[in-house]
Amino acid sequence: MLAINNIEVIYNNVVLVLKGISIDVKPQSITTILGANGAGKTTTLKSISGLLKPERGQVTRGSIEFNGERIDKLAPHETVKKGVVQVFEGRRVFTHLSIEDNLLAGAHIVSDMKTVRDMIDQVYTFFPRLKERRTGQAGYLSGGEQQMLAIGRALMSNPKMIMLDEPSLGLAPMIIEEIFDIIQRMRKEAGVTILLVEQNANLALSIADQGYVMENGSIVMEGPAKELLANSDIQEFYLGIGEGGSKKSFRDVKHYRRRKRWLG
Amino acid sequence: MDMFAVWYFVETTINGALIGLMYALIALGFVLIYKSTDAINFAQGQFVMISGVMVAALAADYGVPIVVGAIVALVFMILFNVMLERIVLRPMIGRPVVAIIMATIGLAAFLEGLFPMIFGATTRALDLGIPNDPIIIGQIYLTPINVVGGAVALTFFGAFSIFFMKSRKGVALRAVADNHQVSMAMGINVERYFVLAWSMAGVVAVLGGLLWGSAIGVDNTLAVVGLKVFPVVILGGLESIIGAIVGGIIVGVIEAWGGTYIDPAMTQPWFREFFPFEGGGTKDFLPYLLMIVVLFFKPYGLFGKVHIERV
Ligand SMILES: Nc1ncnc2c1ncn2[C@@H]1O[C@H](COP(=O)(O)OP(=O)(O)OP(=O)(O)O)[C@@H](O)[C@H]1O
Ligand SMILES: [Mg+2]
Repeated sequence: MLAINNIEVIYNNVVLVLKGISIDVKPQSITTILGANGAGKTTTLKSISGLLKPERGQVTRGSIEFNGERIDKLAPHETVKKGVVQVFEGRRVFTHLSIEDNLLAGAHIVSDMKTVRDMIDQVYTFFPRLKERRTGQAGYLSGGEQQMLAIGRALMSNPKMIMLDEPSLGLAPMIIEEIFDIIQRMRKEAGVTILLVEQNANLALSIADQGYVMENGSIVMEGPAKELLANSDIQEFYLGIGEGGSKKSFRDVKHYRRRKRWLG
Repeated sequence: MDMFAVWYFVETTINGALIGLMYALIALGFVLIYKSTDAINFAQGQFVMISGVMVAALAADYGVPIVVGAIVALVFMILFNVMLERIVLRPMIGRPVVAIIMATIGLAAFLEGLFPMIFGATTRALDLGIPNDPIIIGQIYLTPINVVGGAVALTFFGAFSIFFMKSRKGVALRAVADNHQVSMAMGINVERYFVLAWSMAGVVAVLGGLLWGSAIGVDNTLAVVGLKVFPVVILGGLESIIGAIVGGIIVGVIEAWGGTYIDPAMTQPWFREFFPFEGGGTKDFLPYLLMIVVLFFKPYGLFGKVHIERV
């Protein structure tokens, strides 16, 4: 469905942030991209959604195809029309708009009001809490509710693929669980393909089909989520369960991996 | 206190409030641009002046009916603003705000020089056919142009509010005003809404030009009404539309009180005794004084946007 072929991304004409990455997302799958801070996960999503340009970033090599069509040269609003929508890191609701107006804004590309109404109802069945507060100003929602609104708003554009950037960031475990349940339901009930960026590897891999690990602008590991979950390197780096139980830095893991390869 | 003084006070206040609504109309253009595009437009007064000069010159020199002239001015202002956005301001997106301010100040000076060059610098009357005889309600005498101006402004605010709060485009415009990047990610063509905001500022400028031109005559100095926009929007808060209305009314009323009560007092012998200068003109600076006082206590204005931040 989505095919990223060996893209390079440069900011301000000088800073090379993505160094030739390729990612493949199957229809109706949940694919996750993992990686530490600054690895280039958000940049990857922005290069798909066309949001690099306002930040003076540019895809300088490679291509991004969605259902066989090149989308890497499209403006953000055109990408949304193709059925690809991004939910930003750190929620970012329209703080001064009501909950319902946030959803309406999310449905900007859908002109038929009846369809919009139906979709608002669908979002409210996913997130009943939003319905209770539909006329309230979005800025006053709790962090978890804002994340729900951000996801619900993205659903309003009737997307084929939704990209979520660290939806668990800064939320309590209970809320995270609720949101991850809904991510799975969105795939099942609305048939939406999901590209999920996370730092919480265990959680992301537990619901994903396929996983990619990014480091410094490159993909360093990829495979079915189950295999990654069982992989000792990922276990060590993300879950901090090293030999002897001490938390290790990624550098140690890398050394460890290299040594393992060398020995092997 | 005698009744006459009370009625006179009420009359002064109402006339001031009506004039204030006319200020608010112009301020709305400024607020719209600021809210949706983040640009601070120092040339809004010049837009008003251009519109007024065009209509008046077309009418006086070429016999073009006012209605036709107004339509010409409307088309011109919208095209002008759209081009301005495209050519000057869009390339400046992401630059420091100061750069945009400088650009609009430059534009203001340029327009103030250019238009007299084309249309001449004479003061022309702009006759909208509004009678001069005061409208008398009981003891209160209202100036017809003020009443018409206030009514037009209120009508425009009403229509605009409905558009802004209720229509899909209004929702999108508010989304754009809230956050450009997120709006883009939601499929909103942000640049198109910039164009919409600038077009509306053009419409407001033409309305302002007609009303103010009719009230005080048309020449270069018509742009001065644009200066009143600053106390209006600073009092009301740069980003608030309700604020623009309330700020406008406050400025209009303060001005009227200053002109009616303080200015004449300053010409009295007892005043000249210890302040031996040509008195008057408090009307013109009182709004600014108030603005400074308000800024002292409420830096975001009376209706400034509360920046909601929850983490
Ligand atoms: N607009 C920009 N201009 C220049 N450099 C940028 C820009 N945006 C991001 N970068 C750089 O690109 C690199 C990758 O950033 P990115 O936001 O994609 O990382 P990330 O994997 O999403 O990290 P995090 O987990 O912290 O969100 C970082 O080194 C960052 O400093
Ligand atoms: Mg990120």
